[in-house]
Amino acid sequence: MALVLIMPFRRSKRSARPQGESGLRADSEKRRRMVISPEGVPIPFMLASSGARAAALFLDLAMIFGAMIGSTLILAWIADGVGLNFDDKDSPAGRAVQALIIVWIVALFLFRNAWFLFFELGPRGATPGKRICGIRVAARARGQNGGRLTTEAVIARNLVRDIELFMPLIFFISASVQGSNTDMAGWAGLGWFLIFVLFPFFNRDRLRCGDMIAGTWVVEAPKKKLEQALSVGEAARGRSTETGAQYRFNDDDLAVYGEYELQVLERVLRENRTDGMRDVTEAICRKIGWNAGAGDERAFLEAYYAQLRARLETGMRFGKRKADKHSGGA
Amino acid sequence: MNAVTTGITKRIGGWFAKPSEQAIAAEQAALRSDRFRLEREADWKRLDAILKRMEAGRTRALSDEDLLALPALYRTAASSLAIARETSLDAALVAYLEALTQRAWFLVYGPRASLWSWFRSFLGGGWSASVRGLGIDLLIALALMVAGTVVGWLLVASNPEWYYSLVPGGFADERVPGASREVLHGTLFGNENQDGMSVFAASLFSNNAQVSILCFALGFAFGLPTMLLLIHNTALLGALLWLYHGQGLLLDLVGWLSIHGTTELFAILLAGAAGIHVGRSMAFPGNLPVLDAAAEAGRRAAQVMTGVVLMLVIAALLEGFARQMVDATPSRLIVGGFMLVFWVGYFFAFRRNPR
Repeated sequence: MALVLIMPFRRSKRSARPQGESGLRADSEKRRRMVISPEGVPIPFMLASSGARAAALFLDLAMIFGAMIGSTLILAWIADGVGLNFDDKDSPAGRAVQALIIVWIVALFLFRNAWFLFFELGPRGATPGKRICGIRVAARARGQNGGRLTTEAVIARNLVRDIELFMPLIFFISASVQGSNTDMAGWAGLGWFLIFVLFPFFNRDRLRCGDMIAGTWVVEAPKKKLEQALSVGEAARGRSTETGAQYRFNDDDLAVYGEYELQVLERVLRENRTDGMRDVTEAICRKIGWNAGAGDERAFLEAYYAQLRARLETGMRFGKRKADKHSGGA
Repeated sequence: MNAVTTGITKRIGGWFAKPSEQAIAAEQAALRSDRFRLEREADWKRLDAILKRMEAGRTRALSDEDLLALPALYRTAASSLAIARETSLDAALVAYLEALTQRAWFLVYGPRASLWSWFRSFLGGGWSASVRGLGIDLLIALALMVAGTVVGWLLVASNPEWYYSLVPGGFADERVPGASREVLHGTLFGNENQDGMSVFAASLFSNNAQVSILCFALGFAFGLPTMLLLIHNTALLGALLWLYHGQGLLLDLVGWLSIHGTTELFAILLAGAAGIHVGRSMAFPGNLPVLDAAAEAGRRAAQVMTGVVLMLVIAALLEGFARQMVDATPSRLIVGGFMLVFWVGYFFAFRRNPR
């Protein structure tokens, strides 16, 4: 952040931030996968974090449970309307109740098995829970090459979910129905459940069993707005709109920083916080030997940003890149 | 042809026409990378708008032009991304293009067909092709089922006590060793007036489907649990066969079972074979990496499994209705035999290229 640009040993309230942030960056680096599209362009995929996946699952289960209860209530209400009658099977009302029971059984089966299937086959590739958590299902890359998410893959990953999630419940219910040892069944179910829940932590791509068999993975759904270009305004051409001052930097002024600092500067400009910009302005002025003024930081930084970028991009076109202020070149 | 000529006239026209606002802005931008961006921004935004509508599930609301332009716009975005990475140091721009390309990729290379058209190609050859693709695993599953039946029979024949441990309590009410011929005969015939058959069929289907999904899903543990499940379930069948054989009702039982059993056992055979297929491809992946081998087998098996659920619906209908309505062994055997011939013919003789 801004602190990278200024003195590293400065004491401030925010001094704990760079460390925390580098930890965050290491984590997101670990979750990053470069996949080459069929056109040959590498595109970064960010694997979904375990927290997001767990939250998505809970949301989905809650919704499925709600839908089951809702449909049961609606059917019960209808059954009540036709005059609930289980004894007299030959009367029209009795037959209607039978038909409702069939609808109920089929509906529960569909909610349990088709919920995930239906939504993951849609254009978003995500159930409502996944959508809320900002993640989606995608075809796993084979080696480096990205694949196509197929209908069969989605079916396969959701069939396996059945044993991962619902099996322990069935253990438990069948044990309690048969009157055998529910404690035993509970422990067995728990063990079973843990094996599958912990499975994603023991492979590199955080696959659950269903993902493994289907050839899919769960990634963060990309969402980015196109930001305003910073280098096309009046200030970027060196003229401040506020004070009318002209900022021109010579080669020596620009040679001190590299691409990393440029991107930090870009972030500072996009965040547009006054104190952050003042800190950075001071740091730059100290570094290049200018007298830091006050009140016109944004114009100064935009001018510096545009000219530094022009210089670095020119170098880039000639194959000379300067990664950060410590590296030579350009 | 037409598109080409209009494209050319547009381009030639562009040389003489008044420059657009976008072009002016691009001219005025100081940085070359900004000129690059401003020239292409409109295309990206158009792609963005198309993607937004498609993601919201409103593909039908898109105009034909937009839909046709989608692949081209996707490629434009991808190539813009490749260029931007090499020439632009605008991190926000590169991040935007990465996200845009990825989103477009998901749609351009997404599930190709709608659920309905997938289902059509599934019935019209895709299903039978993937069943045949299971290959030797079908034979393995069949062998296991036969072995399970024989083992069940032999176990019970050597010691009738085995019957109680093989057959779960709720299932065998009056069908126990030592039951009289009349009782057993009564379980097979004369149930045509029984009520609640449709409910019975629906719950049977739900239950059977869940079991067969289990059969498949356990395949990932190298297929071993699948095999055990197959043997255990068919051992039950063997025990039942032995019981009715003791009272000379074997053929009648076979008829009673065959009416839905040819479909249901076939479905269980397929589910087991699918599980074994996945397990075997993980244990012996051949030249592929394990995960890729598993994924390939898993997709094929998933297609088989969709069919299995379908077969179980049919089996439940047969069990719930036809078995009670057809009350004589020869006609039951005919119905069951017909279903068997139908499935075998559909899977192995019906070879149309899907899609």
